[in-house]
Amino acid sequence: MSTRIATQGRLIDRSKPVRFTFNGKAMSGFAGDTLASALLANDQMLVGRSFKYHRPRGIVASGAEEPNALVGLGQGAAFEPNQRATTTELFDGLSAQSQNHWPSLEFDVGAVNSGFARFLPAGFYYKTFIHPRPFWKHIYEPFIRQSAGLGKAPKERDADTYEHFYFFADVVVIGGGVAGLAAAKSAAESGAKVLLIEQTAHWGGRAPVDGGEIDGMSPEAWIAQTLDALKSMPNVTLRPRCMGAGVYDHGYVLGYERLTDHAPETAGPRHRLWRIRAAQVITATGAIERPLSFAGNDVPGVMLASAMRDYVVNYGVAPGQRVIVVTNNDDAYRTAITLKRAGVEVLRVLDARASGGGALMEEARSLGLRIDCGRAVAKVSGGKRVTKVGICAQEGQGAALEEVACDAVAMSGGWSPVVHLWSHCGGKLTWDDALAMFRPDPKRAPTGADGQPFVAAAGAANGELSLGAVLTDADGAGKSAAKSAGFKPKRTKAPRGDATGEAPLAPIWLMPRAAKVSLRMKAWLDYQNDVKVSDVQLAAREGYESVEHTKRYTTLGMATDQGKLSNINGLATLADALGAEIPTVGTTTFRPPYTPISFGAIAGEARGEVFQPLRRTPIHDWHEAHGAEWEPVGHWRRPYTYRQAGETTHDAVMREVNNTRQAVGMLDASTLGKIIVKGPDAGRFLDMLYTNMMSTLKPGKCRYGLMCSENGFLIDDGVVARIDEQTFLCHTTTGGAEHIHAHMEEWLQTEWWDWQVYTANVTEQFAQIAVVGPKARALLESLGGMDVSKEALPFMTWADGTLAGIPVRIYRISFSGELSYEIAVRAGQGRALWDRLAQAGAAFGVMPYGTEALHIMRAEKGFIMIGDETDGTVIPQDLGLSWAISKKKEDYLGKRAQQRSHMTDPERWKLVGLETEDSGVLPDGAYAVAEGRNANGQRNVQGRVTSTYHSPTLGRGIAMGLVLHGPDRMGEVLEFPGTDGKIHKARIVDPVFYDKDGEKQNV
Amino acid sequence: MSEPITAPITALGGARHDGLARIEEVGLHGMITLRGDLASKAVKAAVMAATGAKLPGQRGVVRGKSGTAIWMSPDELLLCPYAEVDATLGKVTAALGTAHALAVDVSDARAMLTVSGPAAREVLAKLCPVDFAPGAFGPGMVRRTRMAQVPAAIWMEQDESFRVICFRSVARYVFDLLGVAAQPGSGVGVY
Repeated sequence: MSTRIATQGRLIDRSKPVRFTFNGKAMSGFAGDTLASALLANDQMLVGRSFKYHRPRGIVASGAEEPNALVGLGQGAAFEPNQRATTTELFDGLSAQSQNHWPSLEFDVGAVNSGFARFLPAGFYYKTFIHPRPFWKHIYEPFIRQSAGLGKAPKERDADTYEHFYFFADVVVIGGGVAGLAAAKSAAESGAKVLLIEQTAHWGGRAPVDGGEIDGMSPEAWIAQTLDALKSMPNVTLRPRCMGAGVYDHGYVLGYERLTDHAPETAGPRHRLWRIRAAQVITATGAIERPLSFAGNDVPGVMLASAMRDYVVNYGVAPGQRVIVVTNNDDAYRTAITLKRAGVEVLRVLDARASGGGALMEEARSLGLRIDCGRAVAKVSGGKRVTKVGICAQEGQGAALEEVACDAVAMSGGWSPVVHLWSHCGGKLTWDDALAMFRPDPKRAPTGADGQPFVAAAGAANGELSLGAVLTDADGAGKSAAKSAGFKPKRTKAPRGDATGEAPLAPIWLMPRAAKVSLRMKAWLDYQNDVKVSDVQLAAREGYESVEHTKRYTTLGMATDQGKLSNINGLATLADALGAEIPTVGTTTFRPPYTPISFGAIAGEARGEVFQPLRRTPIHDWHEAHGAEWEPVGHWRRPYTYRQAGETTHDAVMREVNNTRQAVGMLDASTLGKIIVKGPDAGRFLDMLYTNMMSTLKPGKCRYGLMCSENGFLIDDGVVARIDEQTFLCHTTTGGAEHIHAHMEEWLQTEWWDWQVYTANVTEQFAQIAVVGPKARALLESLGGMDVSKEALPFMTWADGTLAGIPVRIYRISFSGELSYEIAVRAGQGRALWDRLAQAGAAFGVMPYGTEALHIMRAEKGFIMIGDETDGTVIPQDLGLSWAISKKKEDYLGKRAQQRSHMTDPERWKLVGLETEDSGVLPDGAYAVAEGRNANGQRNVQGRVTSTYHSPTLGRGIAMGLVLHGPDRMGEVLEFPGTDGKIHKARIVDPVFYDKDGEKQNV
Repeated sequence: MSEPITAPITALGGARHDGLARIEEVGLHGMITLRGDLASKAVKAAVMAATGAKLPGQRGVVRGKSGTAIWMSPDELLLCPYAEVDATLGKVTAALGTAHALAVDVSDARAMLTVSGPAAREVLAKLCPVDFAPGAFGPGMVRRTRMAQVPAAIWMEQDESFRVICFRSVARYVFDLLGVAAQPGSGVGVY
């Protein structure tokens, strides 16, 4: 059984017991435990079930690489699935649930899949669910969806908060083991600004567990001394619980800091995403031990040798009482020795190497351990925990020589450097035959904008496995990074590490070497996704040669652990099956993040009130207080309508239109874009931007204009006012202000850089209020201050003055067809003017109106709306706007494009008005159908609705649409099938429904 | 209906929030955008006329007797006069003479906030991709940058408090953002 022992446990505080629950069962551990160590201390060997076969799974590792021990943590608004028990720090009240089983962890119905394992080989999904075709959608997919996935999605809104933090450093060191500490120190001694981040809560990595001496000290003493030195340096920032998640171009590094996961009651954000810019990056991310591939290597109780050592030394937990160690290298002897010294019975060390190991083996032997060389595990037996191990010769097919009862197996297949962060931004790997590992190739490092390397790996991450080599390498990496960042490294000596020398490992990818198929089918490569040696071999037989294809076909390495334990074993297995060398098969691509990071951390502060910017006009609060129903327009909120008591939304809109047409209405038009264009070449510039002539406009006058992209398509429209000889004010649509300003600047900066023009976007400098309707003039006159008569301020002119003592600029422009004044006022006084208008307007029956009334009134007048009548494929000529296209001008943006054959094609759909036969309203976006069907069997079409409303002025449905040969077909009736099953009929008419001669606006 | 508002108002009515840093809207504040050839005598004269300051260098802020001049881009400055904007704009226009330039009042287009207190650097560093470390950013410097999802310009006064300007329409968003970034318990502890 797995249990707490009386000795060891350097990371736990036995004076501080901690209570927690697992699947509702009360358990206890100590402060400093991980959830994994606490579960093992409570003899909880079974922690979950695998994805496909629902096989019992136990804890296999002690760190971020853990594939099995995934749990749902917390409850309700704090629930989070798929959390690794090995990286979860224990806290009082922690509640964890195991995953992927039904009805219970101990008894799981899905485990029956395991009995059918031989019928569920690699590519099973692709092979099985392809026929009959309709079954996928209705039977297979719903079933697979139900059984797929590990953890459950949270049901409640996340109660925690998250944030980002931008940080800049000369050198970022990722990984706080002895390599990272040494690299950080040697870099920092140059004066460079250094950030050192470590994913766990502890500094020093594995060195205190693995032993040896550094500068004549124990690793722990050296770590403490180095930490003190680093903390005393003002140019060093140390962050534990902060994982290097990704390395990107231009020295961009993401750090994932877990602030309160270990102490959820603490105030403040749960996670912080560090968005770091570094001149140089050092990845001191260590190495991960590889499992060995033998039958039953997934039975709970089979564990990585280094992990078993970690549990003993760090947490005082013995994962078994009677342990068998199996290895292809010397390092596992450290585990055997540690176990023996902790009082655990080590039954055998099975060393697959015929000649065994070196000094560590001798040390183990001197402790009285039995060591069998050239031996292997034939098979591990046991269901929910290990019961016995069959032992065989490594060079054979797996005939068991003996069976030994035991309760745990420690395995070591050698070490793989954590090359993920090195590889994220393009660092290449080289295969080291002697150590059987891919290691960073310093000649092919990730390079920055200057073509020089900006990432270096250090220590075990760089393939250096002995303590001495790790420290020398890391010290050099720190100095070299500081130098590359422009600093002068100090000539200090590297820390000296002494550790026992080791005999070479034997690359062993299958145990025993010629294991028969029944064993290979139980030899797991990927524990989480249930991929076995036999699956990869099958993929190779079926022709999968690329490791990337094999990965996707077998799902090897595609689980949440991204194959940290399985990738190298898997590709070695593939190489063997293909008869190819491992380096020619290569690795799959390493992509960020290193381990999964929370969505909350990615979103940062962007939630709730600040999820997105919401733009408010200076009159926003008034609208809100007066019952506005909001319409999002870009990031703005504009009032759609102001509903009064007892009104429906439709009623309110109708009332607003009628009141504006009959009395007077007021509209908050502040969101309209306003761009000042000034300079000796301003007129020439606007002549290029607009399709019509703007340079001839006289100061004091206004002119409507259209803007096209260089491809000829209509992109914006609005009224231009000429302020003085050199200055114009261009109104844009609400959504167009920013991008039209950018459009202007782009042309000025790239093509017409020698034209003397400056622009400024002054959209928000002004509130703009439209006062519209037959009584508009009377209302303004009642405020007093300036002459707004027809003579003083005729249609399509503007004037400066005051209204009610407030400085204003009034434009006589109309988007409704009524007598209309658009009054621009400094934003800070927008509310004041609005209030005065509302107050004085009461006598004239003034009412505010919203965007829907605005739309209806413009449609009644046949005015187009950018985004309704245009969709990026429409040119002004389609909309009957040829009158606004200058024939005199030599050029304007879009002119050339509009001469292309497709643009001049008479078959292009053209704008018309549509009047319903039954006075109803046409469905928005509906298509007019034509005779016959197209090649896809769909009805042919001959037009579509672009805007459609009920017009209270005309008492019927009106619409605008684009119709084939439309203007030549006045009076024809078109059919528009709706999604409601009805066929709507409408007659083609002139698009100007109201006041065709414009008498009302020009009074 | 409530009492009609008659006086000019700022976007947030002088709102204030105290968290890790103090966030406060500054009252009405004159701002003039000046675009022109920054190497020209006319622009230098205009800056002097408006603020009494010399021309700021790249990403620089210069305080003069009558206002502050802030570099915005290779051909744009922001002038913040203490006096009435209309009168100052008149002086700027006069100083520019016939030179090709654009000077325009943008006081109402913006909102201005102060962020002050020991954690101010960290609060801003949560929202802007700018190095706010002491030594990297100090009085006399300005950054035009992004604050979460909107544009902002930030500079530091002599007392190490920050001035933040954003568009008026997003003043509430920026104020709320800063409040979130200054929430208790969220100190980073690096500056």
